Amino acid sequence: MTLVFLLLAAITILGFGAAMSLRNPVHCVVGLTLGLLGLAALYLQLGAQFVGLTQVLVYVGAVAILIIFAIMMTRSSESAEDQTYSHSWRAGVVLALAVFAVLGWAVHFGSTSIPAQNVMPELPVQTIGDALLHRFVLPLEIIAVLLTAALIGAGVLALQDPVPETRGPR
Amino acid sequence: MTPLSSYLLLSAFLFCIGLAGALSRRSAILVLIGIEIMLNAANLNFIAFWRFGPAPSAITGVMFTIFSIAVAAAEAAVGLSIILAVYRRARTTDLESREATRS
Repeated sequence: MTLVFLLLAAITILGFGAAMSLRNPVHCVVGLTLGLLGLAALYLQLGAQFVGLTQVLVYVGAVAILIIFAIMMTRSSESAEDQTYSHSWRAGVVLALAVFAVLGWAVHFGSTSIPAQNVMPELPVQTIGDALLHRFVLPLEIIAVLLTAALIGAGVLALQDPVPETRGPR
Repeated sequence: MTPLSSYLLLSAFLFCIGLAGALSRRSAILVLIGIEIMLNAANLNFIAFWRFGPAPSAITGVMFTIFSIAVAAAEAAVGLSIILAVYRRARTTDLESREATRS
């Protein structure tokens, strides 16, 4: 474990922890953005440059902005401060800790048989492009169809008029 | 501690942060953020296994991560539009209010 890894891990955990524990939703999105940037830096440190840049482009550039817009459009519903956490939040935290215990146990006692590869793998973007258009061309087309369906579906869902009897006074 | 297991431990911890948030927040948007955090933890696992695995020349891990990012972006868009549709009917995104679950 190098100092760089520890620093990036601390930034990522801090960002995601803030995203899940702060009360103001806009602060939560700022924490989420910090965590996503830390993850992108971890990808860069692991040698996956293209994935790191895609992470910045898609998550920080698109998803975080989308969530900010959703928070802006549902802003008036932000209620009193005692309603941030659900009534059963203790059960949720206990369940998450149990999952972490199981995963940590599995990682600690299970991964010693894998020989660690210590050379940094080379990954030029041209290799990714070749693989996308030859070996992975069918997943690429399926992803294209999925993104088109998501685009149309999101538009249809967001443009739907509410049913008349529940339409409140504007 | 080998580098691979430290990355896997970090990924497991991030997954559990997302899981705890998704299970304990009341706002639907923040539950969606928790799901995004869990997906990102899985992506870190893919990249760590690709980097330290026995055959990094097979770039399956990177490809999986790219497709996973695309699926997560689509999921975020559809999820947020569902939340907006619910908000237009119930005027709230609170998951424990009776109006949001009834619509």
